[in-house]
Amino acid sequence: MRLFDPHIHMTSRTTDDYEAMHAAGVRAVVEPSFWLGQPRTSPASFLDYFDSLLGWEPFRAAQYGIAHHCTLALNPKEANDPRCVPVLDELPRYLVKDQVVAVGEIGYDSMTPAEDTALAAQLQLAADHELPALVHTPHRDKLAGLRRTLDVVRESALPPDRVLVDHLNETTVKEAKDSGCWLGFSVYPDTKMDEERMVEILRAYGTEQVLVNSAADWGRSDPLKTRKVADLMLAEGFAEDDVDRVLWRNPVAFYGLSGRLTLDIATPESTHEGNSILRGAPKDPEGPVGAPSEWDDPTGAPAPGA
Amino acid sequence: MTPSRGTPATPDADTKDRPLTDPQAGTASRPGADSPSGAESGPGAEARPGGEGVAGTEARPGTEARPGAEGRPGAEGQAGAESRPDTPGTTLALTPPAELRAHLTARLGTAARAWLHRALDEAAAHPGTHGPISVWELRIAEAGRRCGPEHADAARVLILHAARADADAVTRVYFQGTAAERRAVLHALPHLVPGPEALPLVEDALRTNDTRLLAAAVGPYAARYLDPHQWRHAVLKCLFTGVPVDAVADLDRRAHRDAELARMLGDYAAERTAAGRPLPEDLHRVLTFTDPTATPPAPAADCGTRGTDGKES
Repeated sequence: MRLFDPHIHMTSRTTDDYEAMHAAGVRAVVEPSFWLGQPRTSPASFLDYFDSLLGWEPFRAAQYGIAHHCTLALNPKEANDPRCVPVLDELPRYLVKDQVVAVGEIGYDSMTPAEDTALAAQLQLAADHELPALVHTPHRDKLAGLRRTLDVVRESALPPDRVLVDHLNETTVKEAKDSGCWLGFSVYPDTKMDEERMVEILRAYGTEQVLVNSAADWGRSDPLKTRKVADLMLAEGFAEDDVDRVLWRNPVAFYGLSGRLTLDIATPESTHEGNSILRGAPKDPEGPVGAPSEWDDPTGAPAPGA
Repeated sequence: MTPSRGTPATPDADTKDRPLTDPQAGTASRPGADSPSGAESGPGAEARPGGEGVAGTEARPGTEARPGAEGRPGAEGQAGAESRPDTPGTTLALTPPAELRAHLTARLGTAARAWLHRALDEAAAHPGTHGPISVWELRIAEAGRRCGPEHADAARVLILHAARADADAVTRVYFQGTAAERRAVLHALPHLVPGPEALPLVEDALRTNDTRLLAAAVGPYAARYLDPHQWRHAVLKCLFTGVPVDAVADLDRRAHRDAELARMLGDYAAERTAAGRPLPEDLHRVLTFTDPTATPPAPAADCGTRGTDGKES
């Protein structure tokens, strides 16, 4: 079983989590930039965080055989702090990076005018950079928040089929589905969705354009929820193909809209095999499909992309 | 104009007689060879059936998890073939750009090759800084998805060279770059910066725990300019983090009869031995450089395949 967690904050997790996720079948994650719990007070701390999502965190993930991409944005909560808003001016140079597969998470927290401005501006940034957008829906006053979100999306340059609205539940799924957006569900131990309700929603609304994530972060959450949903789907009569669609092919299709999803991972074997990232046979049990690369024999290997 | 076919900005006399191939290159297979390259993942890729503008191998049945079989995360059952650089070790730093361009061009698909030529012409025609981000810097950012991740390092080195990036420019690209872009800047330093002005980048990379950056930091530029204290610590850090010392340029020359390095290696060996841990194989190799008559500090049979814990702390 291959699993893709399309929304998880690995910065807040340990290497034990990476190890357990790999053992559970997770082979790819997308880490949206978000609020770190402690409020930031300047754009500089956003930039260090973005750099971490483009440098250190993918390196950590690769050590555990997991491909890591990110989505970058000014999150809704901190969009309300004028000291943080100038990070919007820095975003364009980050949104061109290879590992950025969407703008996100954007959306509403308290539904303030400042959040309106940041959401609209960042939907435009997504359109400008040919990226899809990951839109968080609020915890409080969720249905009203979803409706306002969808209104702003409709007025934006970004078509709904390039927008993922996340943290949906029974009260918001129908309107979200009718909008043509992709549907994200976060499965939590206590709040948001749980496995049983998730399976019921899949039964009622189908698997098309549905993504399931753990949204695991620094709060009470579980980075193995993707696997638990997959197991329950199978137990409840869904086919393996359904599981693969929801937990692999749908996130690959959505984030693949960026043209930047690379599910090959460069595992730094040095850290667990005393070997080099620059040499040695691949650990891929299937073996390499292509011919070995030889410097002095350009014809020895088929040119990728040819 | 073919920008990278001229004389390298700083011809590296040390490299003249070197083979193109690193000692390890012959054994380095290229698992990413079957991947669709970034040539297929630019704008327009969205239209592909299935909607996946995926630069890598999005679906490789058989390479994913085998439930219950994953004793060692990362050791097997990976998401797909690794996108290891096609140009291993110090090759990028030691190969003259013209030769590198020929090598890379021969491996790119039609679209990626056209993109690269355009990017290099553009960089040669409009070097320097203009606007919030220069066009050649944008090309560096997108090189992975255009050329494929295994060719990104080489493409970035060539773009930096075509733009004739000076110490200020490489510093900006490094500090505004992803880890992959920073690695490419480190590889490009010997081609671009004739003096020690870019040493702060090497020092920054050596402070990280990212083995990809460490390996790129200990190339020929560091060999030439890093002071003895920092250079010894860099070698030791390679041993600590499991970066093979083959990545260290001019290791034999700089380590030759370095008694202080020998002392540090001996202390490190004693510390590992006291803890009941195996010594990295490379430790003996470096020790032999420092003193050809040195006796290994511990039986070689103690050497494990793991060697280190992959980090310093």
